Amino acid sequence: MAAAFHQRIQEALLDERLQTALYAATGRLMDKRKSGVTAQQCPDYQELRAHAHLIKRHTMENLDYYLELLARKVEEHGGKVAWCRDAGEVQTFVGTLAKERGIRVAVKSKSMLSEEVALNEALERYGVEPVETDLGEFIIQLAGERPFHILAPAMHKTRQQVADLFQEKLGGKREEEIEKQTRIARTVLRRRFLEAGLGISGANFLIAESGAVVVVENEGNARLATSCPPVHVAVAGIEKVIPRAADLALFLPLLGRSATGQPLTSYTSFLSGPRRAGDLDGPEEFYLVLVDNGRSRILADREKRQTLYCIRCGACLNICPVFRKIGGHSYPGTYSGPIGAILTPQALGISHEPELPFASSLCGACAEVCPVKIDIPKILLELRSEVRKTETRERRWNFEKLGFGVWAWLMRRPRLFELVGTAMLELLPAAGPLLKPWTEWRDFPHPPPKTFRQLWRARKAGA
Amino acid sequence: MAAREHILHKVRTALGRSAGQPPAEAPPAWLRVPEAGRERRVRAMLERFHGKTRRTWSPDEARDYVAGVVRGRRAVASPHPLLEQLGILALPEVQAVSGRPEDVRDACAGADIGITTAEYGLADTGALVVMASAAESRLVSLLPGLHLAVLPIDRLLTGLDELLTLLPDPAAVSSSMVLIGGPSKTADIEQILTLGVHGPTEIELVLV
Repeated sequence: MAAAFHQRIQEALLDERLQTALYAATGRLMDKRKSGVTAQQCPDYQELRAHAHLIKRHTMENLDYYLELLARKVEEHGGKVAWCRDAGEVQTFVGTLAKERGIRVAVKSKSMLSEEVALNEALERYGVEPVETDLGEFIIQLAGERPFHILAPAMHKTRQQVADLFQEKLGGKREEEIEKQTRIARTVLRRRFLEAGLGISGANFLIAESGAVVVVENEGNARLATSCPPVHVAVAGIEKVIPRAADLALFLPLLGRSATGQPLTSYTSFLSGPRRAGDLDGPEEFYLVLVDNGRSRILADREKRQTLYCIRCGACLNICPVFRKIGGHSYPGTYSGPIGAILTPQALGISHEPELPFASSLCGACAEVCPVKIDIPKILLELRSEVRKTETRERRWNFEKLGFGVWAWLMRRPRLFELVGTAMLELLPAAGPLLKPWTEWRDFPHPPPKTFRQLWRARKAGA
Repeated sequence: MAAREHILHKVRTALGRSAGQPPAEAPPAWLRVPEAGRERRVRAMLERFHGKTRRTWSPDEARDYVAGVVRGRRAVASPHPLLEQLGILALPEVQAVSGRPEDVRDACAGADIGITTAEYGLADTGALVVMASAAESRLVSLLPGLHLAVLPIDRLLTGLDELLTLLPDPAAVSSSMVLIGGPSKTADIEQILTLGVHGPTEIELVLV
């Protein structure tokens, strides 16, 4: 497993085009966020973060209550709730529903959860064609890839690559202008919206007290997917619930500003159940698919539970020095970046990719930008310690442990320590080849000409 | 049912809670409604709205302005009493949507302009609040390339905080409330902004 992880990282680092695209795109997103959270733009920003953290904590600590309230309210508005323990149950539920209704085409708006549970592949098995309609997701689907970034799934593609892809998959003239490419996608997808029997959306928030699904977007594809087809299915993780509509006054600006620097995105839909009697348009049927898929396991750990507070703004990805080099496709699992590095090991088990929690410099930038104040570095450290605990039990002897043992032994013998230390100054330059695995990617600091003890003695003699 | 009970059981076990146990007291909602007179709200709305704006002073002026915008183009409108009163539904280019949802959809798909009302305006972000009902459609503001919204001036709120103070549960009023903060846009290719990817390329506000 670890070898594949390293292999993917290696490939990403050597891909020059990817490095350029990645650096530029994350940089732009970082700038947008920065301009959105300035003291002038958002004077209460730090207080908003602290309060959002409190509300998320309260909701998670009383999650069973809010889930039951949410389900009851959805049903009061004429919607139905499907509880799914794992990916298989989501696939079966949505697939069977589509099959029973004789649906051939499903239009989808962006949902990371649907990636997580491999819903598209499942729909195909049920004879339903899933059509991704978010422009980035549409590109990714045509390319047969998985999202690179939770917010900007096609971040790694240049306009030239999109031009080639559109020409190959959609036919027609090759267009390198982004505006024309967008026009092509609009035309192709408009037809699909009008013919689809099913619209599938994700959810940014679930409002317990209202039984409502809140979807935040800029393109309008989520509005189309939830208004055009006769059936709307919203898929959401159980951690998406917040108590009241009033809490959106906190979460919407935090999400918009952290993601793209917008105080409010182009469209925020607040949807509760199917269309009501007399309504001009809207779906006839509404289903909320509530998914656990490992989340209740994460909830059990009091400290690491805060992983579930995440509102998927993507700010931690853009600012992460590791993500900005290795990119989204290097990470195992659906979610990349710092949040992926703590979510994936907890949801799939640390043995899924034991190296993952170590792929971080612990610089703390992610915690600093997180709009709900998730302490990502701390959770990474805890996961590292869990990985190491299982390893020492498995390994017969441990090189690192031995090294520290020798060092501790030397430290207790000052004279011997000094002798070895001085000898190391002479020996280190000669040890070059031995240190290759380290120095291949990093500069080895030059050892000082004199040891600390030598300097100290010289200083005392001088004074 | 088995899955529901199973998930709730796992959640309760993880939290050390029992079935039917009331929740701890929730932290208060964060709602900050600033004081702002009507003129200030109007000025902020006109300044922050992400499209063309027109302030009108009489019903006739509003109707004439809309007539000028739709001239020579195909327009659909929601059958809203306000649009009726203003005489907008009687304009020759304007078709009020009606019938089955499929008919509404097809009419909208073939139109250049969609005319709706807005329930509220949010002055701090320049956003519109549109609520679906028997008189207000979801698709009129979405399928045509230009969305023109008519908003009575007394419906201008300071912002989202005031909206949610006024309407603590939007689901009690409508199955679909949409906050429209700007035209349809994307930056999915190279993070470069492009307008009108799926919804309207332009939005226009007529204050009455």
